[in-house]
Amino acid sequence: MSAVPRHGGPPRGKVGALRGGEKKCSWASYMTNSPTLIVMIGLPARGKTYVSKKLTRYLNWIGVPTKVFNLGVYRREAVKSYKSYDFFRHDNKEAMEIRKRCALVALEDVKAYLLEECGQIAVFDATNTTRERRDLILNFAKENGFKVFFVESVCDDPEVIAANILEVKVSSPDYPERNRENVMDDFLKRIECYKVTYQPLDPDAYDKDLSFIKVINVGQRFLVNRVQDYIQSKIVYYLMNIHVQPRTIYLCRHGESEYNLVGKIGGDSGLSPRGKQFAQALKQFIEEQEIVDLKVWTSQLKRTIQTAESLGVTYEQWKILNEIDAGVCEEMTYAEIEAKYPDEFALRDQEKYLYRYPGGESYQDLVQRLEPVIMELERQGNVLVISHQAVMRCLLAYFLDKSADELPYLRCPLHTILKLTPVAYGCKVEMITLNVEAVNTHRDKPSLNSRMAGLTV
Amino acid sequence: MAAASPARELTQNPLQKTWEPYDNGLPAGHSAQRGVCMTNCPTLIVMVGLPARGKTYISKKLTRYLNWIGVPTKEFNVGQYRRDLVKKYKSFEFFLPDNEEGLKIRKQCALAALNDVRQYLSEENGHVAVFDATNTTRERRETIYKFGEENGYKTFFVESVCVDPEVIAANIVQVKLGSPDYVDCSNDEATEDFMKRIECYKNSYETLDETLDKDLSYIKIMDVGRSYLVNRVMDHIQSRIVYYLMNIHVTPRSIYLCRHGESELNLKGRIGGDPGLSVRGKEFAKSLAQFINEQNIKDLKVWTSQMKRTIQTAEALGVPYEQWKVLNEIDAGVCEEMTYEEIQENYPLEFALRDQDKYRYRYPKGESYEDLVQRLEPVIMELERQENVLVICHQAVMRCLLAYFLDKPAEQLPYLKCPLHTVLKLTPVAYGCKVESIFLNVEAVNTHRDKPENVGVDRSREEALRTVPNHL
Repeated sequence: MSAVPRHGGPPRGKVGALRGGEKKCSWASYMTNSPTLIVMIGLPARGKTYVSKKLTRYLNWIGVPTKVFNLGVYRREAVKSYKSYDFFRHDNKEAMEIRKRCALVALEDVKAYLLEECGQIAVFDATNTTRERRDLILNFAKENGFKVFFVESVCDDPEVIAANILEVKVSSPDYPERNRENVMDDFLKRIECYKVTYQPLDPDAYDKDLSFIKVINVGQRFLVNRVQDYIQSKIVYYLMNIHVQPRTIYLCRHGESEYNLVGKIGGDSGLSPRGKQFAQALKQFIEEQEIVDLKVWTSQLKRTIQTAESLGVTYEQWKILNEIDAGVCEEMTYAEIEAKYPDEFALRDQEKYLYRYPGGESYQDLVQRLEPVIMELERQGNVLVISHQAVMRCLLAYFLDKSADELPYLRCPLHTILKLTPVAYGCKVEMITLNVEAVNTHRDKPSLNSRMAGLTV
Repeated sequence: MAAASPARELTQNPLQKTWEPYDNGLPAGHSAQRGVCMTNCPTLIVMVGLPARGKTYISKKLTRYLNWIGVPTKEFNVGQYRRDLVKKYKSFEFFLPDNEEGLKIRKQCALAALNDVRQYLSEENGHVAVFDATNTTRERRETIYKFGEENGYKTFFVESVCVDPEVIAANIVQVKLGSPDYVDCSNDEATEDFMKRIECYKNSYETLDETLDKDLSYIKIMDVGRSYLVNRVMDHIQSRIVYYLMNIHVTPRSIYLCRHGESELNLKGRIGGDPGLSVRGKEFAKSLAQFINEQNIKDLKVWTSQMKRTIQTAEALGVPYEQWKVLNEIDAGVCEEMTYEEIQENYPLEFALRDQDKYRYRYPKGESYEDLVQRLEPVIMELERQENVLVICHQAVMRCLLAYFLDKPAEQLPYLKCPLHTVLKLTPVAYGCKVESIFLNVEAVNTHRDKPENVGVDRSREEALRTVPNHL
């Protein structure tokens, strides 16, 4: 859903949404009433930063301005060089002072983000393992009118913890020499320092009135308490669907279509001869990859289905993977659109993310439409998604944390596969161009000069 | 390198406009439609809890939701089996733990119900069965779990735990006093007997345990949704069920559904488009404002679509409202802004196909009711979260929403009557929904087209247009 008026007023078309100074408001953003402070809780190496970053990426993608505040970063600013786990001993008074000061500085930044910078959600990523620290945060939130939602990660599986340390701690700025054994040793001692004073959330007594989710053993079990509103409900649903099993996601477009050849957008045309070649090449590529239990998804438009057909495997059709609906501009070339609807054409170049085709959709609409796909991709293992240019841009923006401004200009050429593999806190991307020629369907944002000169790119 | 195998030809299904591969003129495998969620093996949902903890309420609501989103689901209430077998309920003594006769009958009923479950899931194409009984002992649950395993079903437990005496008393008043078991009793007698009935179960009650039951998939609902414990969610459908259960509540409230005021295109008998209100439509908007004021509703939320006619209607209310694009009317594709006569003229085959299966029929380059339901699911989810809401929408959209609340199947959904200038007030009560229909005394055209007698593609123009309502 695109920008919505809060009060009665004349119905605004998409143009109204673009007038100066307005936020790129999505439905999810609109439904988030007061600012929310998400507070992570857990011993080190329990996945707090992983969850913080992933959740932030998801919330920003659905249109809720969110930012992570990682206390470790503040600490590294204050104490230029990390020496050893001794810093974290609970009887190290000097260090405790520094750590508390860092927390207060971080909270000031949270306040600025939520009250002055139009942020809606702040994720406070720190151990927050004592009641004392959490009470401090609750008071801070109360003073400023923020809702608080705790996310606690509890894990006692030593294998998971060791794997986490290897994945993200060995390469931390705290350990520049990167000697695995030393890092493991020091870090495990660091964890012991926290264990002494760790007070987990107590749903039966002390913390029964707080809103929180306790994630146990990487998602095997969850305890959810007092979800207050829409956005907390969505956060819980998201956290319950993500997993950390290694897997790979393949994104590509349908093979070159008949319409691609003549520069027409949209429609439901079939593959061109080169498009069919691509489908064969895709089949070979997939076979060579030797992927375990690969799921294949397509849209309900002929060109993606034809592409999947060549693979000779079972595939699922999703209507919501259909290409962006260009409304009255369906099946026209860009030249025809510019000639027939010059104002629309110009508007789209000004604000490609928010711009909605008359009788059609915008990229913002597309993101909303695709949210169930993202949710299901999070649940799944190895998946190949055969979709379309605008759709693939939206999906890619989610995985690579691209902003709404960049999203409509991401490069997703025909006959090219993007192989995404989750690694550490992000996603590794490999671009594989299958050796079959195709037209280029990418349109950059025209520069001011070329626009004024009436040139089309 | 293997020779490239020729890809199968695709043919477009004329009703749903979906592309399907075919071999020798027949639809072939390898392609599945993603309706909403594909369930691979059937799922057995097992309710757990003392009497009056809302098990039947949850069973029925969950069943209604799953059917609406397109997952064939059926509930099996063991109490009903018991009532069928033991014609007359005498007293709580039937449920005493040492009543041999009672125990035998109750076990028989459970097995009979499980047998019907097996038939539904394995022979009748059911996807989900909800087994509604107390299932309070670990032994009983193991029996059911084994049954599930033997038949290739995934088992998911839903336990409702509640110790608040007020909630329990309220439940008893809402649904037990009117039960067939207590038809000849006074309210006091019924309540007393029922409380003793609950006591019969308490001693042997083994709640789902974090350690002993750690390998089972379940959700434990505590205090009517204050908190939840979720363990080992296995797949997509279980994840959706958990999300749904975590969003529903029992706070009393009302949902008001209505369409926009009469539009200019309504007057001309044209479908779709984005017209403004007619003169009478504007009158309706004012009447609606008055009606809403008189209802004195606490914290009413108002939702509209992003089409001009619903927004104009909401404007007259003078209160904040929220626009949802997903509440937009069904997209009639190439038939947008046509009259039924014009559709018959230009697309007689499409017109006939639509009458043959109005729920699944997708307009060329448009949508079907089935698509609409999928589009509206987030609205339903948010309506469940909310309290008092007025939804100003459109004919097809309102039919979909109404079908959810009134548990109408897909065949009936596209023919539900949702006339202009009429507000439907829905209030949850007991296991269902009370409906009040309020006509706001402003005349409007009728836009309801009944299913004609002849839906064959070779029917005459007259037969096709017989049920078209009058227009300018």
